[in-house]
Amino acid sequence: MKKLMTGNEALVRGAWEAGVNFASAYPGTPSTEILENMSGYKEVYSEWAPNEKVALEAAIGASIAGARSMASMKHVGLNVAADPLFSFVYQGVNGGMVIITADEPGQHSSQNEQDNRHYAKAAKIAMMEPSDSQEARDFMKEAFEISEQFDTPILMRMTTRLCHSKGIVECAERADVPAKKYEKNIAKHLNPPAIAKKQRILLEDRLVKLKEFSETTHLNRIEDNGKKVGVVVSGMCYCYAKEVFGDDVNYLKLGFTYPLPSELIKKFCTGLDTIYVIEENDPILEEEIQRVGFAPKGKNTFPAYDELTSDVIRKCVFGKTFESVDYDRTKVVARPPALCAGCPHRGLFYELGKKKNVLISGDIGCYTLGFADPYNAMDLNLCMGASFSMGHGAAKKFEMFHEDMRVVSVLGDSTFFHTGINSLVECIYNGSKTVNIILDNRITGMTGHQENPGTGKHADGSDATELDIETVCRSLGAKNIRTINPNNLQLVRETLDWALSLDEPSVIITKYPCVLKKFSEEDKAKFPDAYKTKNIVDKDKCIGCKMCLKSGCPALFLNRDDKKAEIDPLQCVGCDVCQQICPKNAIGKVEK
Amino acid sequence: MTKSVLLVGVGGQGTILASKLLTLGLMEEGFDVKMSEIHGMSQRGGSVSSQVRYGDKVWSPVIEKGSADMIVSFEKMEALRWLEYLKKDGKVVVNDHEMMPMPVIMGKADYAADIIDEIKKACHDVTVVNATEEAVKLGNGKVMNIILLGTIIKAMKLDNIDWDRIVRENVKPAFVEDNLKAIKVGMDLV
Repeated sequence: MKKLMTGNEALVRGAWEAGVNFASAYPGTPSTEILENMSGYKEVYSEWAPNEKVALEAAIGASIAGARSMASMKHVGLNVAADPLFSFVYQGVNGGMVIITADEPGQHSSQNEQDNRHYAKAAKIAMMEPSDSQEARDFMKEAFEISEQFDTPILMRMTTRLCHSKGIVECAERADVPAKKYEKNIAKHLNPPAIAKKQRILLEDRLVKLKEFSETTHLNRIEDNGKKVGVVVSGMCYCYAKEVFGDDVNYLKLGFTYPLPSELIKKFCTGLDTIYVIEENDPILEEEIQRVGFAPKGKNTFPAYDELTSDVIRKCVFGKTFESVDYDRTKVVARPPALCAGCPHRGLFYELGKKKNVLISGDIGCYTLGFADPYNAMDLNLCMGASFSMGHGAAKKFEMFHEDMRVVSVLGDSTFFHTGINSLVECIYNGSKTVNIILDNRITGMTGHQENPGTGKHADGSDATELDIETVCRSLGAKNIRTINPNNLQLVRETLDWALSLDEPSVIITKYPCVLKKFSEEDKAKFPDAYKTKNIVDKDKCIGCKMCLKSGCPALFLNRDDKKAEIDPLQCVGCDVCQQICPKNAIGKVEK
Repeated sequence: MTKSVLLVGVGGQGTILASKLLTLGLMEEGFDVKMSEIHGMSQRGGSVSSQVRYGDKVWSPVIEKGSADMIVSFEKMEALRWLEYLKKDGKVVVNDHEMMPMPVIMGKADYAADIIDEIKKACHDVTVVNATEEAVKLGNGKVMNIILLGTIIKAMKLDNIDWDRIVRENVKPAFVEDNLKAIKVGMDLV
């Protein structure tokens, strides 16, 4: 049976065919669709965990209890999950286990471009790298077998293009793999130093066996086209290289990439005049080739950053890309992402951006866009959950040196549950004079609408225990808490002023569903008027002052001809933010 | 011989559904097919692309600069942004529709009035369509993307594929008829 699948869909298919029982994840581009798709396979228990560390720990528990399990995350998510990763590798599995890391060469939707292949070496975990959707399915199936055979979790390294590009995949049915029995075994699954020292020795022994496997597995292969030029390559770069070189070079195609097959590499490189090593980001294959005594063209030929797509390779090797048409590029205007028309973050950032002597500490999500024009309402951001804690540190410094600066920190509902809770504990326990805002849009927005502990739904849409954010904050010891509708600008202003008047930590929760969210029955009951209207400009009243454009709404623009404001009726959902800004009452509303 | 079709537009315009139907049709026809698209941050009103490649054996899912046989742009400025991906003698279909980028809304940049002229100056095979208006005429503004799919079907000579069945199997029943009409409208525009 053939299907057209993204790399992410194919991974899931392979895992399902391999009889996987348990899957846990936290959303993050480009890995999100893995768990989303898995929740469609009813034989598998699939869940969104509050963060990647928790997801991995849950998958580890399932493996030890005897299930085939997996955890998936974006590259920076593995940093969050690094703690369980490094120690679990010592212990090994019961049911086979695969950890998927989805790396982002090109940083399409990420704060860094870290190369998670380094984790394989650092944590001493076996690693596999598929090159297309078919291999994503095939490798995943094989990974569970290798995991159980060598008693190791497997790191499956994906990249954005692989995750999000489609190819034709030959599929099969689900294998009948009985779950393993759980047996208490403290020598394996506890790690006080006396036990862990023994596991440490066994781990080195396992790496020797994995290296032998790497030398002979079909996952690593030579394609000998009888040429004097060779290309060493893994992952998506194999497809890019084949596109450029076709059969004009020999290939060493590596699919099992930790431990690397150094003998096979030596065999391949011997006798070649030129060796290209094509790998996105860091020179990991290159350094291994150098170590065994060869001098390949690697980072001296190809960039260490961004994607190495076919045109990049072509340019680096042959000096030019294909010829294209010529035109005036100065007329191309950048189109950066923007908060959607009707986005409930707009009202908050519109008012927050007006505050003086305030450091605004941001976080990871759609609301990071609050930094941009016209709001300019963010000074810094770093990683998931860091806004409250970085804000705390900054506020303490301002206090110590009696500076006339206040701190407002913002993060989203899902980010709050991810690691923001820990940071709020820091603010409350250590008494920081910070305003901590939770932008509760009732969903994990940026990654495309996944449920979280605050939405009252599970990954498969079934009802879940809803963690009420206000109750959570109160239970952590927060005394000053207000929950508001962010589309009411006057209320936003008053609430910010109230919070900034306090000498102790405060929490503001802006509660309004994301404009793109598919409303649940509960949402419909709680927000019956949301997004039911459209705003329109009364051209007779509009004086073209452009004040409304400062809302930063993509549905608003100045008409070229009459120089007055206009609202795109296809985009507008009637949030009324511009209506409240207009000094001439020129913006009205109509039913949708 | 591998063919490459680049669909470009603004996040939310429906490039993904159009390219999904296109790739399913191509697979049914027996082609090897690959498609690439970028999700995430860029979808929030940013510039988006769906890249479709098909032939006997396709390696890379990513279209190289200067190699697209056809660019279909759901918005005028996006056609100009992606034009360097077009082959020297490639075809452009551009939807005569403007969506203002934030720098223009903020008054920091101009949306040139002669974008279409600029495209025509650079390429000799350009068809300007008003898919947005045609979709409204059909009574469903959302099928603009499917009208543009129709232009690809015609221009790439893929009309022998059973699109009727592809649409019926992959689109919600309530939208099937609108989508089928939209394909036909699109085919008649080029």
